[in-house]
Amino acid sequence: MNPDETLLAVDGLGITFVNGNTRVEATSDIGFAIAPGERVGIVGESGCGKTITGLSLLGLLPPATTIVAGTAMFEGENLIGLPMSRMRHVRGRKISMIFQEPMSALDPVFTIGQQIGETIRTHFSATKAEARERAVAALESVGIPSPERVHDSYPHQLSGGMRQRAMIAIALVCEPRLLIADEPTTALDVTIQAQIIDLLLAQSARSGTALLFITHDLGVVAETCTRMLTMYAGEIVEDAPVDSALVRPRHPYTSGLLRSLPRLSARGAVLPSIAGRVPDLRDMPRGCRFAERCGHRRAECAQAQVLEEADGHRVRCWRQSELVLPGALTEREAAA
Amino acid sequence: MLANHPRLRMVGRRLAQIVPVIVLATFIVFGLLKLVPGDVAATLAGEYATDERVAQIRVAYGLDQPFLVQYWHWLWNAAHLDLSRSFMSNEPVLDQILHRFPTTLLLVFCALLISLSVGVPLGILAATRVGSRVDVAVTSIASFGVALPSFWLAMILVATFSLSLGWFPATGAVRWSVDPRLAVWYAVLPAVALAAGGMAEVVRQLRSALIEVLASQYVRTLYAKGLSPTAILWKHGLKNVAVTLLTVIGLLTSRLLGGAVVIEAVFAIPGMGSMVVRAAIVKDFPVVQGVVFAMVILVIAINMVIDVLYTLVDPRVALK
Repeated sequence: MNPDETLLAVDGLGITFVNGNTRVEATSDIGFAIAPGERVGIVGESGCGKTITGLSLLGLLPPATTIVAGTAMFEGENLIGLPMSRMRHVRGRKISMIFQEPMSALDPVFTIGQQIGETIRTHFSATKAEARERAVAALESVGIPSPERVHDSYPHQLSGGMRQRAMIAIALVCEPRLLIADEPTTALDVTIQAQIIDLLLAQSARSGTALLFITHDLGVVAETCTRMLTMYAGEIVEDAPVDSALVRPRHPYTSGLLRSLPRLSARGAVLPSIAGRVPDLRDMPRGCRFAERCGHRRAECAQAQVLEEADGHRVRCWRQSELVLPGALTEREAAA
Repeated sequence: MLANHPRLRMVGRRLAQIVPVIVLATFIVFGLLKLVPGDVAATLAGEYATDERVAQIRVAYGLDQPFLVQYWHWLWNAAHLDLSRSFMSNEPVLDQILHRFPTTLLLVFCALLISLSVGVPLGILAATRVGSRVDVAVTSIASFGVALPSFWLAMILVATFSLSLGWFPATGAVRWSVDPRLAVWYAVLPAVALAAGGMAEVVRQLRSALIEVLASQYVRTLYAKGLSPTAILWKHGLKNVAVTLLTVIGLLTSRLLGGAVVIEAVFAIPGMGSMVVRAAIVKDFPVVQGVVFAMVILVIAINMVIDVLYTLVDPRVALK
C-alpha cells in the first residue's frame, strides 16, 4: 500500500498478559492497515482479542499486566510504546474511542456538557463559553433533539441511545482522523442500533474520519464497513473486502461465522454452527489454531502459516487456493 | 419561593423524622436506667435515713410514679428545654451539658480533623499505587489502627509525649472560651488517641472506593479522551469518591462521640463523656438521660447535614 494512503499501519502487534511469572499470549502477529476515511471491521467471537487490539492502539491496556509488541504507525509515530506525554495528544484528538456500555463509560457525577467541554479544553485553548458553544453544536450534530438540555444533563437522566449519541459527540468533537468503536451498538435496542450505525456512517463521511469497528455482529460489519478483518484465537485469519468476503470467504472460520448468521429465508432449517471450542490461550497449537474445529483439515495444517495474499484477500490457511467456501450470500443474492 | 426549594423541603421532611427517633432512643435509655438494680431514693437519702425520709424523697423526685408517667414527664419537660435537675448536684442538667459540651465538641472536631487530614492523603497514596510497598505499608498501618484500643494508645502517648518529653499536658482540658490556643494544646493528645481508629477507617474506605473508581470504565474513557492522569485523579476520581467520604465522615463522627467517653475518662477531661460515666455510676438518671438526649440530637443533625451534602456531590441522589 502506498504510504501516503495509509492512516494507520499495524504490524506484528502482539499482546501478552503477565501475571506474576505466568505469561499468556493473547494476540500475536496482528497486522493490518487503514486508509484515511476507510471503514474497517474487526469481527470474531468473545475473547479472540479484538477489544484489546483496539485498546492497545491508544495505550489503554494496564501497563503493569500487559506487554505489547509490534508497531502501529500513525502519522509518522509508533503508537506502541509512545510516551504518555505524546500519547495524550493522540487520544481524543487524533484517535478517539467509544465503548459498548454508554452508561458505565460516562462519568456519572459530571454533566454531558462538562464531559465534552473538558475534551475540547484538553486539546484546544477555548474559553468556557466557546467550549459550551462547541459542545452544544457537537450534541446537535449527533442528532440529539434538545442539545442545550442534554448539555446540562447527567448521564443517568438520558436513555441508552441518547447516552451513546453523547458518547459519540464526545469522541468526535475534536474531529479525529480515526474512531475506534468497540461494540458501540451491542448494549442498545435494535431500532436504536440502526440509528447509531447510520449516525456513525454519516459522521465518518462528513469529517473523513476513518472507522475501526470492533464487533461480533457480522450484520453491523456488512452494513458499515468496506473491509473486514476476521480474528480467531488472537490471530487475524482473513482480511478481505466486505462484499467479497460475504459471498466468497477464503478462510473456513470466516465461512463458518457467516453461515451461522440467522437468515429469514431459511425458516425451519437448522442454523449451522461451528463445532468444538476455541483453544486455550495457555495451550495454543503451533499450526493452524482453527484446525481442530475445521472440516477441511489436512496434515499440513499442523504447521504454522502466515497471512497470504490472493485476489484481494489476505488469508491464513494452507488450503485457501483449493477451497471454495460458502458465505452469507450466494453470488446471485449479492448481485440482487 | 425559598420554602419551595427542594433541598429545604428535604430538610423539613428530615426534621419531621427526627421526633420519633428521639422518643425511641430516650425511651430505651430511660427503661434501661430503671432496670439498674438498687433504689435511687435510698441512695439519695443517705445511709442512715429513716423509711419515711426515703419515702419523702421518692415522692419529691417523682420516683413513686408509674414508669410511663415518669417518662412522659421527662419528655414533656425536655420538649420545653427543661432537662430537669441532677439528683446529686441539684444543678439544671441543661446548664451542665451546655457547660461541658464545647470541650467534648472540640475533642471530637480535632479527632475528625486528624482522621481526615492523615487518612485522606494516605488513602489516595495507597489507591494510586496498588500492590506497591507504599500500599502495603499504608494498608498495614490502617489494619493496625483499626485493631488498636484507643485507651491503650492514650496511655502510650501520655507516657511518651507528656511524661518523657513533656511536650503536651498529661491530663485535663482548657475551655475554648478561656484560651483557644491552650484549649487546642490540651486537646492534641486525646484527639490523636481518639483519631487513630477513625484515621484507619478513612484510609481503608477511601482506598477501596478510589481503586474501584480508577478501574472503572468511565475512567478508561477519560484516558481515551486524552486527559492527564492528574486531572483524572483530582477532578473525576475525588468527586466520585466524595459520596463514600461523606458516609465515612458521618459514621466517624458518631463513633468519635462514643469514643470520647473513654478518652475523656483516661485524660480526666471534664466533658460530656466523663460526666455521663460519673452520673451512671451514682445513678444520677436525669444527667444520663440528658446527655443521651443531647448526643442523639447531635448525631441526627450531623446525618442530616451529610444527607444534604450528598445531594450536592452526587446528582443521582434524588431530592425526594
